[in-house]
Amino acid sequence: MLEVKDLFKSFGRFLVIQGVSFAINQNEVVALLGPNGAGKTTLVNLISGHLFPDQGRILLGGRDITHAPPYERIKRGIARNFQLTQLFPELSVLDNVRNCIFSVRGQLSRFFKPASSYQEATAQALEVLEVFNLAQYQNELGAGLSEGDKKILDTAMAFALQPDFLLLDEPTSGVATAEKFKVMDTIIAAIGARGTATLIIEHDMDIVSDYAQRVMVLAEGRILANGAPKEVMQDQAVQETLFGVSEPNAARC
Amino acid sequence: MTRYLRTPRAAVYAGVFLGLLLLPHFVDAYHLTLVETGLSLAIMALGLNLLLRYTGVLSFGIGAYFASGAYAVGLLYMYLPQYFSFELSMLAALAASAAVSALFGFVCVRHTRIFFSILTLALSMLLFAVLEKAYYYTGGSDGIRVPIPTFFGYQFEGMRRFAFLSGPYYYVVLLVFSAATLLMLAIVNSPFGKALQATRDNELRAEMIGVRVKRFRWYAFVIAGTFSGLSGGVWSFVNGHITPEICSWVFSGEVVYMVLLGGFMIFEGPIVGALLFTYLRLYAVAWTEYWMLIVGATLVILVLLLPGGVTGGLYRLIERLTPKARPKAGASV
Repeated sequence: MLEVKDLFKSFGRFLVIQGVSFAINQNEVVALLGPNGAGKTTLVNLISGHLFPDQGRILLGGRDITHAPPYERIKRGIARNFQLTQLFPELSVLDNVRNCIFSVRGQLSRFFKPASSYQEATAQALEVLEVFNLAQYQNELGAGLSEGDKKILDTAMAFALQPDFLLLDEPTSGVATAEKFKVMDTIIAAIGARGTATLIIEHDMDIVSDYAQRVMVLAEGRILANGAPKEVMQDQAVQETLFGVSEPNAARC
Repeated sequence: MTRYLRTPRAAVYAGVFLGLLLLPHFVDAYHLTLVETGLSLAIMALGLNLLLRYTGVLSFGIGAYFASGAYAVGLLYMYLPQYFSFELSMLAALAASAAVSALFGFVCVRHTRIFFSILTLALSMLLFAVLEKAYYYTGGSDGIRVPIPTFFGYQFEGMRRFAFLSGPYYYVVLLVFSAATLLMLAIVNSPFGKALQATRDNELRAEMIGVRVKRFRWYAFVIAGTFSGLSGGVWSFVNGHITPEICSWVFSGEVVYMVLLGGFMIFEGPIVGALLFTYLRLYAVAWTEYWMLIVGATLVILVLLLPGGVTGGLYRLIERLTPKARPKAGASV
Protein backbone atom coordinates (compact mmCIF):
# COMPACT_ATOMS: atom_id res chain seq x y z
CA MET A 1 0.00 0.00 0.00
CA LEU A 2 2.53 2.64 1.16
CA GLU A 3 6.25 2.46 0.53
CA VAL A 4 8.75 4.97 1.82
CA LYS A 5 12.20 4.67 0.29
CA ASP A 6 15.36 6.25 1.66
CA LEU A 7 13.69 9.49 2.77
CA PHE A 8 15.76 12.52 3.84
CA LYS A 9 14.56 15.84 5.19
CA SER A 10 16.50 18.67 6.76
CA PHE A 11 15.57 22.07 8.19
CA GLY A 12 18.60 24.26 7.65
CA ARG A 13 21.56 22.42 9.18
CA PHE A 14 19.36 19.97 11.09
CA LEU A 15 18.90 16.63 9.43
CA VAL A 16 15.52 15.53 10.81
CA ILE A 17 14.81 12.45 8.68
CA GLN A 18 17.83 10.39 7.68
CA GLY A 19 17.32 7.62 5.17
CA VAL A 20 13.99 6.28 6.44
CA SER A 21 12.57 3.31 4.53
CA PHE A 22 9.55 1.15 5.36
CA ALA A 23 6.39 -0.30 3.86
CA ILE A 24 2.86 -0.68 5.23
CA ASN A 25 0.41 -3.17 3.76
CA GLN A 26 -3.34 -2.99 3.29
CA ASN A 27 -5.32 -3.59 6.49
CA GLU A 28 -2.18 -3.25 8.60
CA VAL A 29 -2.02 -1.02 11.68
CA VAL A 30 1.51 0.13 12.41
CA ALA A 31 2.51 2.20 15.43
CA LEU A 32 5.30 4.74 15.11
CA LEU A 33 7.10 5.37 18.38
CA GLY A 34 9.97 7.62 19.29
CA PRO A 35 11.08 10.23 21.79
CA ASN A 36 10.26 13.91 21.34
CA GLY A 37 12.14 15.37 18.41
CA ALA A 38 12.70 11.97 16.78
CA GLY A 39 11.04 13.20 13.56
CA LYS A 40 7.67 11.40 13.85
CA THR A 41 5.48 14.36 12.95
CA THR A 42 7.92 15.43 10.22
CA LEU A 43 7.58 11.96 8.72
CA VAL A 44 3.78 12.23 8.83
CA ASN A 45 4.02 15.69 7.24
CA LEU A 46 6.21 14.28 4.47
CA ILE A 47 3.77 11.47 3.73
CA SER A 48 0.71 13.75 3.83
CA GLY A 49 2.32 16.32 1.53
CA HIS A 50 2.50 19.13 4.06
CA LEU A 51 6.28 18.95 3.60
CA PHE A 52 8.37 17.66 0.72
CA PRO A 53 11.49 15.51 1.17
CA ASP A 54 15.01 16.52 0.12
CA GLN A 55 15.65 12.99 -1.14
CA GLY A 56 13.89 9.67 -1.39
CA ARG A 57 10.56 8.46 -2.72
CA ILE A 58 7.06 7.88 -1.39
CA LEU A 59 4.87 5.38 -3.26
CA LEU A 60 1.18 4.80 -2.70
CA GLY A 61 -0.25 1.71 -4.37
CA GLY A 62 2.88 1.62 -6.55
CA ARG A 63 2.44 5.22 -7.77
CA ASP A 64 5.04 7.85 -6.97
CA ILE A 65 3.50 10.63 -4.88
CA THR A 66 6.78 12.13 -3.59
CA HIS A 67 6.13 15.56 -5.11
CA ALA A 68 2.33 15.41 -5.32
CA PRO A 69 0.54 18.30 -3.55
CA PRO A 70 -1.79 17.44 -0.63
CA TYR A 71 -5.02 17.60 -2.68
CA GLU A 72 -3.55 15.09 -5.14
CA ARG A 73 -2.56 12.72 -2.31
CA ILE A 74 -6.02 12.98 -0.79
CA LYS A 75 -7.52 12.07 -4.17
CA ARG A 76 -5.27 9.03 -4.23
CA GLY A 77 -6.40 7.95 -0.78
CA ILE A 78 -4.20 9.47 1.94
CA ALA A 79 -5.78 11.20 4.93
CA ARG A 80 -4.47 12.40 8.26
CA ASN A 81 -5.47 13.86 11.57
CA PHE A 82 -3.35 16.25 13.63
CA GLN A 83 -1.50 16.04 16.91
CA LEU A 84 -2.81 19.53 17.75
CA THR A 85 -6.47 19.42 16.75
CA GLN A 86 -7.20 21.17 13.45
CA LEU A 87 -10.87 21.87 12.77
CA PHE A 88 -12.99 24.53 11.10
CA PRO A 89 -14.11 26.18 14.34
CA GLU A 90 -16.70 28.54 12.85
CA LEU A 91 -18.41 25.82 10.83
CA SER A 92 -20.91 23.37 12.28
CA VAL A 93 -19.74 19.88 13.19
CA LEU A 94 -21.79 18.60 10.26
CA ASP A 95 -20.13 21.05 7.85
CA ASN A 96 -16.69 20.07 9.15
CA VAL A 97 -17.33 16.48 8.06
CA ARG A 98 -19.49 17.30 5.03
CA ASN A 99 -16.64 19.37 3.56
CA CYS A 100 -14.53 16.19 3.62
CA ILE A 101 -17.31 14.25 1.90
CA PHE A 102 -17.59 16.97 -0.77
CA SER A 103 -13.86 16.65 -1.29
CA VAL A 104 -14.09 12.88 -1.83
CA ARG A 105 -17.05 13.28 -4.19
CA GLY A 106 -15.31 16.04 -6.18
CA GLN A 107 -18.08 18.51 -5.29
CA LEU A 108 -16.05 21.15 -3.45
CA SER A 109 -16.13 23.70 -6.25
CA ARG A 110 -19.88 23.47 -6.86
CA PHE A 111 -21.81 26.63 -6.29
CA PHE A 112 -25.48 27.62 -6.73
CA LYS A 113 -27.05 24.76 -4.74
CA PRO A 114 -26.86 25.02 -0.94
CA ALA A 115 -24.57 22.46 0.72
CA SER A 116 -27.49 21.17 2.77
CA SER A 117 -29.37 20.15 -0.38
CA TYR A 118 -26.72 17.55 -1.27
CA GLN A 119 -28.62 14.74 0.39
CA GLU A 120 -26.22 11.89 -0.28
CA ALA A 121 -23.22 13.85 0.97
CA THR A 122 -25.18 14.93 4.05
CA ALA A 123 -26.26 11.34 4.74
CA GLN A 124 -22.67 10.15 4.43
CA ALA A 125 -21.46 12.90 6.77
CA LEU A 126 -24.12 11.98 9.32
CA GLU A 127 -23.10 8.35 9.03
CA VAL A 128 -19.52 9.26 9.92
CA LEU A 129 -20.74 11.36 12.84
CA GLU A 130 -22.86 8.40 14.03
CA VAL A 131 -19.83 6.09 13.88
CA PHE A 132 -17.84 8.51 16.04
CA ASN A 133 -20.77 9.30 18.38
CA LEU A 134 -20.85 12.95 17.38
CA ALA A 135 -24.22 13.03 15.62
CA GLN A 136 -25.91 14.80 18.53
CA TYR A 137 -23.54 17.75 18.06
CA GLN A 138 -24.09 18.11 14.30
CA ASN A 139 -25.44 21.67 14.59
CA GLU A 140 -22.89 22.84 17.17
CA LEU A 141 -19.96 24.93 16.01
CA GLY A 142 -16.63 23.09 15.85
CA ALA A 143 -15.29 25.58 18.42
CA GLY A 144 -18.09 24.65 20.82
CA LEU A 145 -17.04 21.03 21.36
CA SER A 146 -15.09 19.78 24.36
CA GLU A 147 -11.37 19.16 23.78
CA GLY A 148 -11.92 15.41 23.70
CA ASP A 149 -14.74 15.66 21.17
CA LYS A 150 -12.66 18.03 19.05
CA LYS A 151 -9.96 15.41 18.88
CA ILE A 152 -12.50 12.75 17.89
CA LEU A 153 -13.96 15.09 15.24
CA ASP A 154 -10.46 15.65 13.89
CA THR A 155 -10.08 11.89 13.41
CA ALA A 156 -13.63 11.60 12.04
CA MET A 157 -12.74 14.19 9.39
CA ALA A 158 -9.74 12.14 8.31
CA PHE A 159 -11.91 9.03 8.20
CA ALA A 160 -14.59 10.86 6.20
CA LEU A 161 -12.06 11.24 3.38
CA GLN A 162 -12.44 7.46 2.92
CA PRO A 163 -8.69 6.86 2.87
CA ASP A 164 -6.78 3.79 1.77
CA PHE A 165 -3.91 4.99 3.93
CA LEU A 166 -4.58 6.80 7.19
CA LEU A 167 -2.07 8.77 9.28
CA LEU A 168 -3.12 9.21 12.88
CA ASP A 169 -1.01 11.52 15.01
CA GLU A 170 -1.85 10.75 18.66
CA PRO A 171 -5.57 10.17 18.03
CA THR A 172 -6.39 9.75 21.74
CA SER A 173 -4.40 12.61 23.26
CA GLY A 174 -6.81 14.93 25.03
CA VAL A 175 -9.50 12.23 25.14
CA ALA A 176 -10.64 11.22 28.63
CA THR A 177 -8.80 8.07 29.83
CA ALA A 178 -12.05 6.14 30.14
CA GLU A 179 -12.93 7.00 26.55
CA LYS A 180 -9.56 6.24 24.94
CA PHE A 181 -10.15 2.55 24.26
CA LYS A 182 -13.69 3.21 23.09
CA VAL A 183 -12.35 5.74 20.60
CA MET A 184 -9.64 3.35 19.44
CA ASP A 185 -12.17 0.50 19.11
CA THR A 186 -14.29 2.79 16.91
CA ILE A 187 -11.32 3.80 14.76
CA ILE A 188 -10.02 0.26 14.36
CA ALA A 189 -13.48 -1.11 13.53
CA ALA A 190 -14.04 1.63 10.96
CA ILE A 191 -10.67 1.27 9.24
CA GLY A 192 -10.88 -2.52 9.44
CA ALA A 193 -14.12 -2.47 7.49
CA ARG A 194 -12.44 -0.47 4.72
CA GLY A 195 -9.15 -2.39 4.78
CA THR A 196 -7.30 0.87 5.39
CA ALA A 197 -3.58 0.75 6.07
CA THR A 198 -2.82 2.89 9.12
CA LEU A 199 0.22 4.52 10.68
CA ILE A 200 -0.41 5.67 14.26
CA ILE A 201 1.86 7.86 16.31
CA GLU A 202 1.00 7.04 19.91
CA HIS A 203 2.73 7.41 23.26
CA ASP A 204 0.30 5.26 25.21
CA MET A 205 1.94 1.81 25.31
CA ASP A 206 -1.31 0.09 26.27
CA ILE A 207 -2.92 1.34 23.08
CA VAL A 208 0.13 0.37 21.04
CA SER A 209 0.19 -3.15 22.42
CA ASP A 210 -3.59 -3.62 22.03
CA TYR A 211 -4.08 -2.25 18.52
CA ALA A 212 -0.83 -2.20 16.55
CA GLN A 213 0.18 -5.23 14.53
CA ARG A 214 3.64 -3.83 14.02
CA VAL A 215 5.80 -1.23 15.73
CA MET A 216 8.44 1.05 14.23
CA VAL A 217 10.72 3.07 16.45
CA LEU A 218 12.18 6.29 15.15
CA ALA A 219 15.19 7.88 16.83
CA GLU A 220 17.14 10.90 15.58
CA GLY A 221 15.47 10.58 12.21
CA ARG A 222 16.36 6.91 11.65
CA ILE A 223 14.32 3.71 12.01
CA LEU A 224 15.78 2.00 15.05
CA ALA A 225 13.51 -1.03 15.06
CA ASN A 226 10.67 -2.40 12.95
CA GLY A 227 8.75 -5.55 13.84
CA ALA A 228 6.15 -7.25 16.02
CA PRO A 229 5.31 -5.18 19.14
CA LYS A 230 6.63 -7.67 21.68
CA GLU A 231 9.91 -8.25 19.88
CA VAL A 232 10.55 -4.56 19.34
CA MET A 233 9.77 -3.67 22.93
CA GLN A 234 12.21 -6.30 24.17
CA ASP A 235 14.99 -4.68 22.19
CA GLN A 236 17.53 -3.09 24.52
CA ALA A 237 18.32 -0.14 22.24
CA VAL A 238 14.60 0.59 21.92
CA GLN A 239 14.13 0.58 25.68
CA GLU A 240 17.04 2.91 26.16
CA THR A 241 15.65 5.25 23.52
CA LEU A 242 12.05 5.21 24.67
CA PHE A 243 12.37 4.83 28.44
CA GLY A 244 15.99 5.68 29.18
CA VAL A 245 16.51 2.22 30.84
CA SER A 246 17.93 -1.05 29.57
CA GLU A 247 16.10 -3.59 31.75
CA PRO A 248 13.62 -5.69 29.74
CA ASN A 249 10.94 -5.36 32.48
CA ALA A 250 10.89 -1.59 32.24
CA ALA A 251 8.70 -1.73 29.16
CA ARG A 252 4.99 -1.70 29.94
CA CYS A 253 4.03 -4.11 27.22
CA MET B 1 -32.56 27.69 -4.65
CA THR B 2 -36.07 26.41 -3.96
CA ARG B 3 -34.91 25.44 -0.48
CA TYR B 4 -34.51 29.11 0.45
CA LEU B 5 -38.12 29.72 -0.47
CA ARG B 6 -39.23 27.59 2.49
CA THR B 7 -37.25 29.45 5.14
CA PRO B 8 -38.42 32.43 7.22
CA ARG B 9 -35.45 34.38 5.86
CA ALA B 10 -36.92 33.99 2.38
CA ALA B 11 -40.17 35.52 3.66
CA VAL B 12 -38.22 38.53 4.96
CA TYR B 13 -36.40 38.83 1.64
CA ALA B 14 -39.65 38.65 -0.27
CA GLY B 15 -41.11 41.35 2.01
CA VAL B 16 -38.10 43.62 1.53
CA PHE B 17 -38.18 43.07 -2.24
CA LEU B 18 -41.87 43.92 -2.33
CA GLY B 19 -41.19 47.01 -0.23
CA LEU B 20 -38.44 48.12 -2.61
CA LEU B 21 -40.64 47.37 -5.59
CA LEU B 22 -43.38 49.62 -4.21
CA LEU B 23 -40.97 52.27 -2.95
CA PRO B 24 -41.50 54.64 -5.94
CA HIS B 25 -45.09 55.07 -4.73
CA PHE B 26 -44.01 56.23 -1.29
CA VAL B 27 -40.84 58.29 -1.64
CA ASP B 28 -39.95 61.19 -3.90
CA ALA B 29 -37.70 60.91 -6.93
CA TYR B 30 -34.68 62.31 -5.10
CA HIS B 31 -34.73 59.66 -2.38
CA LEU B 32 -35.36 57.02 -5.00
CA THR B 33 -32.08 57.89 -6.74
CA LEU B 34 -30.33 57.71 -3.37
CA VAL B 35 -31.71 54.22 -2.76
CA GLU B 36 -30.65 53.37 -6.30
CA THR B 37 -27.10 54.48 -5.53
CA GLY B 38 -27.14 52.47 -2.30
CA LEU B 39 -28.43 49.34 -4.03
CA SER B 40 -25.85 49.54 -6.81
CA LEU B 41 -23.04 49.99 -4.25
CA ALA B 42 -24.48 47.11 -2.19
CA ILE B 43 -23.58 44.68 -4.99
CA MET B 44 -19.92 45.64 -4.53
CA ALA B 45 -20.21 45.48 -0.73
CA LEU B 46 -21.53 41.91 -1.06
CA GLY B 47 -18.51 41.08 -3.21
CA LEU B 48 -16.11 42.59 -0.70
CA ASN B 49 -17.75 40.64 2.10
CA LEU B 50 -17.27 37.38 0.20
CA LEU B 51 -13.56 38.06 0.72
CA LEU B 52 -13.75 39.50 4.23
CA ARG B 53 -16.33 37.30 5.95
CA TYR B 54 -16.21 34.09 3.96
CA THR B 55 -12.60 33.92 2.79
CA GLY B 56 -10.96 35.76 5.68
CA VAL B 57 -8.98 38.31 3.67
CA LEU B 58 -9.49 42.08 3.61
CA SER B 59 -9.19 43.86 0.27
CA PHE B 60 -8.39 47.56 0.28
CA GLY B 61 -8.50 47.70 -3.49
CA ILE B 62 -12.04 46.67 -4.38
CA GLY B 63 -12.43 50.02 -6.16
CA ALA B 64 -10.15 48.75 -8.94
CA TYR B 65 -12.78 46.25 -10.09
CA PHE B 66 -15.63 48.70 -9.58
CA ALA B 67 -13.67 51.12 -11.77
CA SER B 68 -12.98 48.36 -14.31
CA GLY B 69 -16.72 47.81 -14.68
CA ALA B 70 -17.57 51.52 -14.76
CA TYR B 71 -14.78 52.36 -17.21
CA ALA B 72 -15.77 49.45 -19.46
CA VAL B 73 -19.16 51.17 -19.79
CA GLY B 74 -17.57 54.60 -20.27
CA LEU B 75 -15.04 53.39 -22.83
CA LEU B 76 -17.73 51.47 -24.71
CA TYR B 77 -19.63 54.73 -25.08
CA MET B 78 -16.48 56.66 -25.98
CA TYR B 79 -15.09 54.30 -28.61
CA LEU B 80 -18.03 52.18 -29.79
CA PRO B 81 -21.09 54.42 -29.37
CA GLN B 82 -23.00 52.43 -31.99
CA TYR B 83 -22.94 49.44 -29.60
CA PHE B 84 -23.77 51.45 -26.49
CA SER B 85 -26.65 49.67 -24.81
CA PHE B 86 -27.37 48.58 -21.25
CA GLU B 87 -27.01 44.88 -22.02
CA LEU B 88 -23.68 45.22 -23.84
CA SER B 89 -22.45 47.64 -21.17
CA MET B 90 -23.15 45.06 -18.49
CA LEU B 91 -21.37 42.37 -20.49
CA ALA B 92 -18.39 44.70 -20.96
CA ALA B 93 -18.39 45.56 -17.24
CA LEU B 94 -18.50 41.90 -16.22
CA ALA B 95 -15.77 40.89 -18.70
CA ALA B 96 -13.45 43.78 -17.81
CA SER B 97 -13.77 43.36 -14.04
CA ALA B 98 -13.41 39.57 -14.28
CA ALA B 99 -10.25 39.97 -16.38
CA VAL B 100 -8.69 42.62 -14.11
CA SER B 101 -9.58 40.75 -10.91
CA ALA B 102 -8.27 37.48 -12.37
CA LEU B 103 -4.95 39.18 -13.13
CA PHE B 104 -4.63 41.11 -9.84
CA GLY B 105 -6.00 38.17 -7.86
CA PHE B 106 -3.34 35.89 -9.28
CA VAL B 107 -0.76 38.06 -7.52
CA CYS B 108 -2.69 38.80 -4.32
CA VAL B 109 -4.00 35.37 -3.30
CA ARG B 110 -0.50 34.07 -2.70
CA HIS B 111 -0.54 36.15 0.49
CA THR B 112 -2.89 36.66 3.43
CA ARG B 113 -3.38 39.15 6.25
CA ILE B 114 -1.70 42.57 5.91
CA PHE B 115 0.32 41.51 2.86
CA PHE B 116 -2.85 40.68 0.95
CA SER B 117 -4.48 43.99 1.95
CA ILE B 118 -1.44 46.07 0.97
CA LEU B 119 -1.09 44.28 -2.36
CA THR B 120 -4.74 44.89 -3.24
CA LEU B 121 -4.33 48.55 -2.30
CA ALA B 122 -1.10 48.91 -4.31
CA LEU B 123 -2.57 47.31 -7.43
CA SER B 124 -5.70 49.47 -7.27
CA MET B 125 -3.52 52.58 -7.04
CA LEU B 126 -1.57 51.34 -10.05
CA LEU B 127 -4.78 51.20 -12.05
CA PHE B 128 -5.77 54.59 -10.61
CA ALA B 129 -2.53 56.07 -11.98
CA VAL B 130 -3.17 54.54 -15.40
CA LEU B 131 -6.75 55.87 -15.51
CA GLU B 132 -5.63 59.34 -14.48
CA LYS B 133 -2.50 59.65 -16.60
CA ALA B 134 -3.74 58.03 -19.80
CA TYR B 135 -5.69 61.20 -20.55
CA TYR B 136 -6.18 60.62 -24.27
CA TYR B 137 -7.75 57.22 -23.71
CA THR B 138 -9.63 57.61 -20.44
CA GLY B 139 -10.34 61.31 -20.14
CA GLY B 140 -7.85 61.55 -17.26
CA SER B 141 -9.08 63.30 -14.14
CA ASP B 142 -11.99 64.78 -16.17
CA GLY B 143 -13.37 61.27 -16.53
CA ILE B 144 -16.01 60.11 -19.01
CA ARG B 145 -19.64 61.09 -19.32
CA VAL B 146 -22.09 58.15 -19.31
CA PRO B 147 -25.42 58.94 -21.01
CA ILE B 148 -28.72 57.04 -20.85
CA PRO B 149 -28.27 53.74 -22.72
CA THR B 150 -30.71 51.84 -24.90
CA PHE B 151 -32.35 48.71 -23.44
CA PHE B 152 -32.51 45.85 -25.94
CA GLY B 153 -33.03 48.36 -28.73
CA TYR B 154 -35.51 50.51 -26.82
CA GLN B 155 -34.55 54.19 -26.60
CA PHE B 156 -35.71 56.57 -23.87
CA GLU B 157 -35.91 59.46 -26.29
CA GLY B 158 -36.67 62.83 -24.82
CA MET B 159 -36.59 61.51 -21.27
CA ARG B 160 -34.66 63.67 -18.83
CA ARG B 161 -31.90 62.01 -16.85
CA PHE B 162 -33.57 62.49 -13.47
CA ALA B 163 -36.86 61.08 -14.77
CA PHE B 164 -34.99 58.09 -16.23
CA LEU B 165 -33.19 57.39 -12.96
CA SER B 166 -36.24 57.76 -10.75
CA GLY B 167 -38.41 55.91 -13.25
CA PRO B 168 -37.46 52.85 -15.30
CA TYR B 169 -33.84 52.63 -14.22
CA TYR B 170 -34.81 52.15 -10.57
CA TYR B 171 -36.47 48.86 -11.49
CA VAL B 172 -33.44 47.81 -13.52
CA VAL B 173 -31.14 48.46 -10.55
CA LEU B 174 -33.53 46.63 -8.24
CA LEU B 175 -33.60 43.65 -10.59
CA VAL B 176 -29.81 43.46 -10.94
CA PHE B 177 -29.34 43.96 -7.19
CA SER B 178 -31.88 41.21 -6.35
CA ALA B 179 -30.31 38.76 -8.80
CA ALA B 180 -26.81 39.53 -7.45
CA THR B 181 -27.97 39.09 -3.83
CA LEU B 182 -29.61 35.74 -4.53
CA LEU B 183 -26.55 34.58 -6.44
CA MET B 184 -24.23 35.58 -3.59
CA LEU B 185 -26.54 33.88 -1.06
CA ALA B 186 -26.37 30.71 -3.13
CA ILE B 187 -22.57 30.95 -3.39
CA VAL B 188 -21.91 31.38 0.33
CA ASN B 189 -24.19 28.46 1.24
CA SER B 190 -22.90 26.14 -1.49
CA PRO B 191 -20.16 23.53 -1.09
CA PHE B 192 -17.81 26.12 -2.65
CA GLY B 193 -18.86 28.68 -0.03
CA LYS B 194 -18.31 26.16 2.77
CA ALA B 195 -14.88 25.34 1.34
CA LEU B 196 -14.03 29.06 1.35
CA GLN B 197 -15.10 29.28 4.99
CA ALA B 198 -12.91 26.26 5.67
CA THR B 199 -9.88 28.07 4.21
CA ARG B 200 -10.75 31.08 6.35
CA ASP B 201 -11.04 29.00 9.52
CA ASN B 202 -8.01 26.80 9.07
CA GLU B 203 -5.88 26.93 5.95
CA LEU B 204 -3.77 23.93 6.94
CA ARG B 205 -6.75 21.69 7.59
CA ALA B 206 -8.51 22.88 4.45
CA GLU B 207 -5.46 21.88 2.45
CA MET B 208 -5.43 18.50 4.17
CA ILE B 209 -9.03 17.73 3.23
CA GLY B 210 -8.28 18.46 -0.42
CA VAL B 211 -9.17 22.14 -0.84
CA ARG B 212 -6.81 23.88 -3.25
CA VAL B 213 -6.56 26.88 -0.96
CA LYS B 214 -4.90 29.45 -3.24
CA ARG B 215 -7.04 28.48 -6.22
CA PHE B 216 -10.25 28.74 -4.18
CA ARG B 217 -9.13 32.09 -2.79
CA TRP B 218 -8.49 33.20 -6.37
CA TYR B 219 -11.98 32.08 -7.42
CA ALA B 220 -13.42 34.13 -4.53
CA PHE B 221 -11.29 37.10 -5.57
CA VAL B 222 -12.58 36.92 -9.16
CA ILE B 223 -16.20 36.53 -8.01
CA ALA B 224 -15.82 39.51 -5.65
CA GLY B 225 -14.17 41.51 -8.44
CA THR B 226 -16.89 40.63 -10.92
CA PHE B 227 -19.61 41.62 -8.46
CA SER B 228 -17.79 44.94 -8.02
CA GLY B 229 -17.55 45.35 -11.79
CA LEU B 230 -21.27 44.74 -12.13
CA SER B 231 -21.82 47.26 -9.36
CA GLY B 232 -19.59 49.78 -11.17
CA GLY B 233 -21.43 49.20 -14.43
CA VAL B 234 -24.86 49.73 -12.89
CA TRP B 235 -23.67 52.71 -10.83
CA SER B 236 -22.06 54.46 -13.82
CA PHE B 237 -25.53 55.12 -15.27
CA VAL B 238 -26.80 56.38 -11.92
CA ASN B 239 -23.90 58.79 -11.54
CA GLY B 240 -23.75 59.72 -15.22
CA HIS B 241 -20.06 60.45 -15.01
CA ILE B 242 -17.02 58.41 -14.00
CA THR B 243 -13.63 59.64 -12.78
CA PRO B 244 -10.49 57.83 -11.57
CA GLU B 245 -11.46 58.58 -7.94
CA ILE B 246 -13.54 55.40 -7.90
CA CYS B 247 -10.29 53.49 -8.26
CA SER B 248 -8.50 55.23 -5.39
CA TRP B 249 -7.88 53.69 -2.01
CA VAL B 250 -10.16 56.29 -0.41
CA PHE B 251 -13.14 54.91 -2.32
CA SER B 252 -12.11 51.32 -1.51
CA GLY B 253 -11.85 52.37 2.14
CA GLU B 254 -15.40 53.67 1.97
CA VAL B 255 -16.59 50.26 0.79
CA VAL B 256 -14.81 48.61 3.73
CA TYR B 257 -16.57 51.17 5.92
CA MET B 258 -19.95 50.24 4.39
CA VAL B 259 -19.37 46.58 5.18
CA LEU B 260 -18.31 47.33 8.77
CA LEU B 261 -21.19 49.75 9.25
CA GLY B 262 -23.75 47.19 8.14
CA GLY B 263 -22.00 44.28 9.86
CA PHE B 264 -19.71 41.88 8.06
CA MET B 265 -20.69 38.84 10.12
CA ILE B 266 -24.22 38.83 8.75
CA PHE B 267 -24.95 38.16 5.08
CA GLU B 268 -27.30 41.15 4.76
CA GLY B 269 -24.95 43.48 6.66
CA PRO B 270 -23.12 44.93 3.64
CA ILE B 271 -26.44 45.73 1.91
CA VAL B 272 -27.68 47.64 4.94
CA GLY B 273 -24.25 49.26 5.24
CA ALA B 274 -24.23 50.47 1.62
CA LEU B 275 -27.67 52.03 1.98
CA LEU B 276 -26.87 53.61 5.35
CA PHE B 277 -23.54 54.93 4.12
CA THR B 278 -25.14 56.59 1.09
CA TYR B 279 -27.46 58.50 3.41
CA LEU B 280 -24.91 59.10 6.16
CA ARG B 281 -22.40 60.65 3.77
CA LEU B 282 -25.03 62.77 2.06
CA TYR B 283 -26.40 64.22 5.29
CA ALA B 284 -22.94 64.64 6.80
CA VAL B 285 -21.76 66.52 3.69
CA ALA B 286 -24.88 68.69 3.72
CA TRP B 287 -24.47 69.45 7.42
CA THR B 288 -20.80 70.33 7.67
CA GLU B 289 -17.69 70.66 5.58
CA TYR B 290 -15.98 68.46 8.18
CA TRP B 291 -18.16 65.55 7.14
CA MET B 292 -15.25 63.14 7.14
CA LEU B 293 -14.94 63.78 10.86
CA ILE B 294 -18.50 62.50 11.33
CA VAL B 295 -17.84 59.44 9.18
CA GLY B 296 -14.60 58.75 11.11
CA ALA B 297 -16.26 59.24 14.50
CA THR B 298 -19.06 56.85 13.48
CA LEU B 299 -16.46 54.22 12.61
CA VAL B 300 -14.77 54.58 16.03
CA ILE B 301 -18.14 54.28 17.78
CA LEU B 302 -19.00 51.26 15.67
CA VAL B 303 -15.79 49.42 16.42
CA LEU B 304 -16.04 50.15 20.14
CA LEU B 305 -19.76 49.70 20.75
CA LEU B 306 -21.13 47.71 17.82
CA PRO B 307 -18.39 45.46 16.44
CA GLY B 308 -21.08 43.43 14.67
CA GLY B 309 -22.30 46.54 12.85
CA VAL B 310 -25.88 47.71 12.67
CA THR B 311 -27.31 44.34 11.63
CA GLY B 312 -25.16 42.52 14.19
CA GLY B 313 -26.52 44.79 16.92
CA LEU B 314 -30.06 44.37 15.64
CA TYR B 315 -29.79 40.57 15.52
CA ARG B 316 -28.34 40.55 19.03
CA LEU B 317 -31.27 42.61 20.24
CA ILE B 318 -33.75 40.24 18.55
CA GLU B 319 -31.96 37.28 20.13
CA ARG B 320 -32.23 38.85 23.57
CA LEU B 321 -35.88 39.58 23.13
CA THR B 322 -36.67 36.14 21.69
CA PRO B 323 -34.19 33.66 23.20
CA LYS B 324 -35.91 30.68 21.58
CA ALA B 325 -35.39 32.13 18.12
CA ARG B 326 -31.62 32.03 18.54
CA PRO B 327 -30.16 30.86 15.22
CA LYS B 328 -28.39 27.54 15.06
CA ALA B 329 -24.73 27.19 14.20
CA GLY B 330 -23.91 28.38 10.73
CA ALA B 331 -27.19 30.22 10.43
CA SER B 332 -25.46 33.59 10.53
CA VAL B 333 -24.44 33.25 6.89
